[in-house]
Amino acid sequence: MRSEGATAPAHSRPESMVLPAWIGRTALLAPTYLWLALAVFLPILAMLAFSFMAATPSARQPVVWTLEHYRAFIDKPYLVPVALTTLRIALVTTLLCAALGFLVALALVRSVAGRAREVLLVLILLPFWTNALVRTFSWTMVIRDNGLLDLALGPLLPEGATAGFLYTRAAIVLGLVHGYLPYMVLTCYIALSSIDRDLIEAAQSLGARWWTVLGRILLPLAMPGLVSGAVLVFVPTVGAFMEPRILGGRVGMTLGTVIEDQFTQAFDWPLGASLAFTMLLVVLGIMATFAGILRRGGGLGLAR
Amino acid sequence: MAHPTRRTILTTGAAALAAPALLLSGRRAAAAGQVTVLNWAGYGTDEAWAIEAFREATGFEVVHDYFSSEAEMLTKLRTNPGAYDLVAMNSARFPEAIADGLLQAVDLSAVPNAAEIDPQLQKLADFGQDGTNYAVPWVWGMTAIAAREGLTPAVDSYAVFADPAYANRTAFNDDPVIAIGVGALLTGQDMNDPADFDAVAGVLKSFKPNIRLLWQSEDQWNKSFAAGEFDVGIYWSGSTVRSKRNSGLPVEFIVPKEGAIGWVDGLAMPAGAPNPEAALRFADWMVDPDFYLRWATEVGAPASANARAIAALPADDLSRKVHDPAHLATISFMAALPDERRQRFSDVWQEVKAHYAL
Repeated sequence: MRSEGATAPAHSRPESMVLPAWIGRTALLAPTYLWLALAVFLPILAMLAFSFMAATPSARQPVVWTLEHYRAFIDKPYLVPVALTTLRIALVTTLLCAALGFLVALALVRSVAGRAREVLLVLILLPFWTNALVRTFSWTMVIRDNGLLDLALGPLLPEGATAGFLYTRAAIVLGLVHGYLPYMVLTCYIALSSIDRDLIEAAQSLGARWWTVLGRILLPLAMPGLVSGAVLVFVPTVGAFMEPRILGGRVGMTLGTVIEDQFTQAFDWPLGASLAFTMLLVVLGIMATFAGILRRGGGLGLAR
Repeated sequence: MAHPTRRTILTTGAAALAAPALLLSGRRAAAAGQVTVLNWAGYGTDEAWAIEAFREATGFEVVHDYFSSEAEMLTKLRTNPGAYDLVAMNSARFPEAIADGLLQAVDLSAVPNAAEIDPQLQKLADFGQDGTNYAVPWVWGMTAIAAREGLTPAVDSYAVFADPAYANRTAFNDDPVIAIGVGALLTGQDMNDPADFDAVAGVLKSFKPNIRLLWQSEDQWNKSFAAGEFDVGIYWSGSTVRSKRNSGLPVEFIVPKEGAIGWVDGLAMPAGAPNPEAALRFADWMVDPDFYLRWATEVGAPASANARAIAALPADDLSRKVHDPAHLATISFMAALPDERRQRFSDVWQEVKAHYAL
C-alpha cells in the first residue's frame, strides 16, 4: 500500500504544477448539474412560468402575467374540501403503508434468511414492475359487484349481498396502498437489516418482552426508514390521479384529477400548474412540520 | 373510429412537436393530377380501395398528410399554405379557420352528391360565414343516452339521471362540454351558450344520488355496463353500435326528447389549394352512397351526412338504426367555444364534480 508517490500529499506539490482544485471539481460535476438542470429544473421552471400566465400561451394571443391562479382556493371554494379529502386519503394510505410495510420488512429480516429472503423481496417488488394502469384495472375486476372478491366470498355472503366496494374512497386507498407499499417495505427493510442483532438478544436476556423490544429498540432504530418511506409514499399519493379516477367513480375527485383535468380537458395549463405548485407548498409545509416533530421525538428517545 | 371532438386539445405542445413534421410536409410539391388530403389517419379518406377506385374513375392520385390533434391540423394549414387540397375538420373549428383566412369558399353545385345532404347539416352556422359556404358536410354522430334493453318505463329524457328509480344506477360522461350541454338542454337553454349557469349547475348537482361512475373511455363504459353496475348512461352513438355489435352488450341508444348532442365533420378546401376542382370531386366521392356502404359495413364509420347513403345501408344495420336522420331535427351541434366560455364550462363542471365527491 505505502509507496513514495502515494504517500506524498497533493498539496505539497509546487503550486504552479496543479490547476486550482475548483476547476477539477467543476469539470467533474458539470455534466451532473447540466443534466439536472435540463431534466429537472427546466421543465419545473417552465411550469412555474406557466403558473403566472393568464391563459395558456397560443400563437393568437399575447402572454399576460397574473397572480390570479394562486387565488384558486379562494375563488373556487369547492376546491378546499377536495384538497382536505386528498390529504386525508394520502394520510390513511401512508399510515397503512407504514404499518404493513414495517411488519413485512420485519418478517423478512427476522424470520427468513438467505435465498428465500431474496425471492420474497423480489415478489414484494413485483407490483412495482407491472404497469400501474394494469394493476389498477385489475383491482376493478376484483372489487366490483359480482367480481372476483364476491366469487371468493360467495358462500359466506348473505343472499343478494355484495362485498364489492369499487367506486368508494376505500377502493382508492386500496389501489394506492398496493401501488406504493414497496417503497415502505424497501426503506424499512434497509433500516431493520442494519440493526445489530446483539442489541435484541441483549434486551431479551435482560427480560424484555417482544413489545418492549419492538417499541424501545426496533421502532426507534428503524425510524429513519419509516420516515423516508412515509415521504416516498405521501408525496406521490397526494398528487395521484389515476387510482382515484379509475377506482373512485363518483367520489374519485382529488387534487390530482383536478390538475389533470386542467391539462387534458380544460386546456388551462396555468391553473393546473399553479394548483400543482400550491400543492407542492402544502406538502413541503407538512413535511417540515413533521420533520421538526420527529427530530424532537428522536432527541427525547436518545436522551432516555 | 377517429372522433375529432373527443381528442384532447393540445396546442402549444402539439405545435412544438409538429414542427419537424411540418418541414417534411412542406416539401411535398403539389403535383398536377393529385389531391393532397389532410386528415386523421385511418379516417375514411385513406382507405386504399377507395383511393384506387377514385383514381380509376377520375385519374387523380390521392395522397395524405395526417394530424393527431385539431391544433396540429390548424398549425399545418397556417404554416403550409398551398400544400393541401382538402382537409377534414370538425364543425366547431371552422369559425377560427375561416376567420384566419385558412379556407376558401366551397360551391356545393360542383358537388353532385351534396344535393342529398341533410339540410340541417348543410345550413349549420359554423360551416359558413356571411352567406358563404365553406364545407361539404361529411359525417356526423351523437352523444345521448344508452340504456339496458327493455327498461320500463322507457327512458325518454335526460331527467332519468335525477329519477329516484335509478339511484346509483347511472353513468355520466366526465367531459365539461357534454355535462354542461346536458344540463343546458334539460333547462331549456342553448347548450353552446347557456345564459343561466346556476340552473345548469343545479340540475347537474341533482344527479348526484344516481351517478355511480364518471367515465372517460368507451372501454370503461363497456366493462362497467357488462358488470351490471349501471343501467343508464350518457354514451356516444358510434360506441353504442360497437358495444352491441362487437361486444354483444344488451344496450340501446336513446335520443331523448331534449335532443342529442351532435358533432359533425366537414370537408373543407384550404385557401390556395393547388387542385380545387379535383378536391371537390374527391369530396363528392366521400359523400357518395357507394363509398359509404363499403366504408360503413366493412370498416365501420360514423353516420354519413348524405341521407341517401345511410338509406343504402342494409335495413337491419345497427348504425343505420341508431343514426336515424330524423334525430337531426332535435339535435344540438357542439359549436366553437370562446376561451372564457370554455373555462366557465370547465369551472362549473369541476364544481359539480366536487359536489358529487363530497
